[in-house]
Amino acid sequence: MRVGPETKFAFRQTWPVLIGYGFLGMAFGLLLQHAGYHAGWAFLVSAVVYAGSMQFVLVGILSSGLGLPAAALMTLTINSRHFFYGLPFLKTFRAMGRRFLYMVFSLTDETYALFCQVQVPSELDRYKVMFRIALFNQIYWVGGSTLGAAFGEMARFNLKGIDFTMTALFTVILVEQWLSAALSARLSVLLGLACGVASLLVFGPDRFVLPALLLAVGLLVLLRPLLARMRRGGTTS
Amino acid sequence: MTAWQTLAVVAVVAGLTFVTRALPFWLFRSPDRPSAWLSDLNRLMPPAVIAILVVFCLKTVSLDAPKDSLAQLIGVALVALLHVWKRNNLLSIGVGTAVYMLLVQVVWPI
Repeated sequence: MRVGPETKFAFRQTWPVLIGYGFLGMAFGLLLQHAGYHAGWAFLVSAVVYAGSMQFVLVGILSSGLGLPAAALMTLTINSRHFFYGLPFLKTFRAMGRRFLYMVFSLTDETYALFCQVQVPSELDRYKVMFRIALFNQIYWVGGSTLGAAFGEMARFNLKGIDFTMTALFTVILVEQWLSAALSARLSVLLGLACGVASLLVFGPDRFVLPALLLAVGLLVLLRPLLARMRRGGTTS
Repeated sequence: MTAWQTLAVVAVVAGLTFVTRALPFWLFRSPDRPSAWLSDLNRLMPPAVIAILVVFCLKTVSLDAPKDSLAQLIGVALVALLHVWKRNNLLSIGVGTAVYMLLVQVVWPI
């Protein structure tokens, strides 16, 4: 089998997600299995839902027998942040033809973050690379979930803390945004940090993300004329 | 729960998750003439959103759990410093995660 350059490039971008999703997926599979569902369920849920934190909540919903309205409300609340992830890719995903629906479906936190950072070399097909990044990430998640549910009990290493790869990945991407040296990007980073911390302090750890995003977007809309001029005006370096 | 009830819950969660991801594509259906403010916003937003995601990852940091909080903050600071210095994803993420795991497993086991 020949492996195309886009596939290789996409894999190089996604290896931190392989580690992070692999182990987080295993944790999910193990949890689901403890709630009384076998590996087939873990595969199904990760294949059709594909939303990390929501799937952990789903295990709670299933084991406590909460009804459909509660499940619906929790999904909309927890996943509302996803609304903001599609915005930068309205045109890009549409231009991807048959892959459009999958690109929309698979836009998780991690895939979004990689898309914000990736610089595809001009000799590669950008759409192919993005599709492969999205697909690989889901394969890691589904694979981890299924393996966790099937064999999780057999794991004997102490992997406590391995999920820090996701924090590290987001931190690296944030530093990349900062190092891009555009003054507007740096202000946006600072604004995001300020809104995130302020909202965390006000609303607490379980419900701060949506207010933080709304606040950040509101402020960016207000500051847009200024920031857009900076962006077009050049960089700090 | 019966298998059918479980399937119904999974279907609702999956369907609504897709709705949250598809909503912007439905709301802004005519991208041929994107308004200037939307395209500006789309360039300005990602750094702020990633910053909020980092805060999201660190949401359990609190004075009530000083050991784990300190380990997380050290880990993030290390990742950021390594990345500013060498700009190598493998190094920053690998060393940062290894140090965090060492801290929570060996140095300050909880």
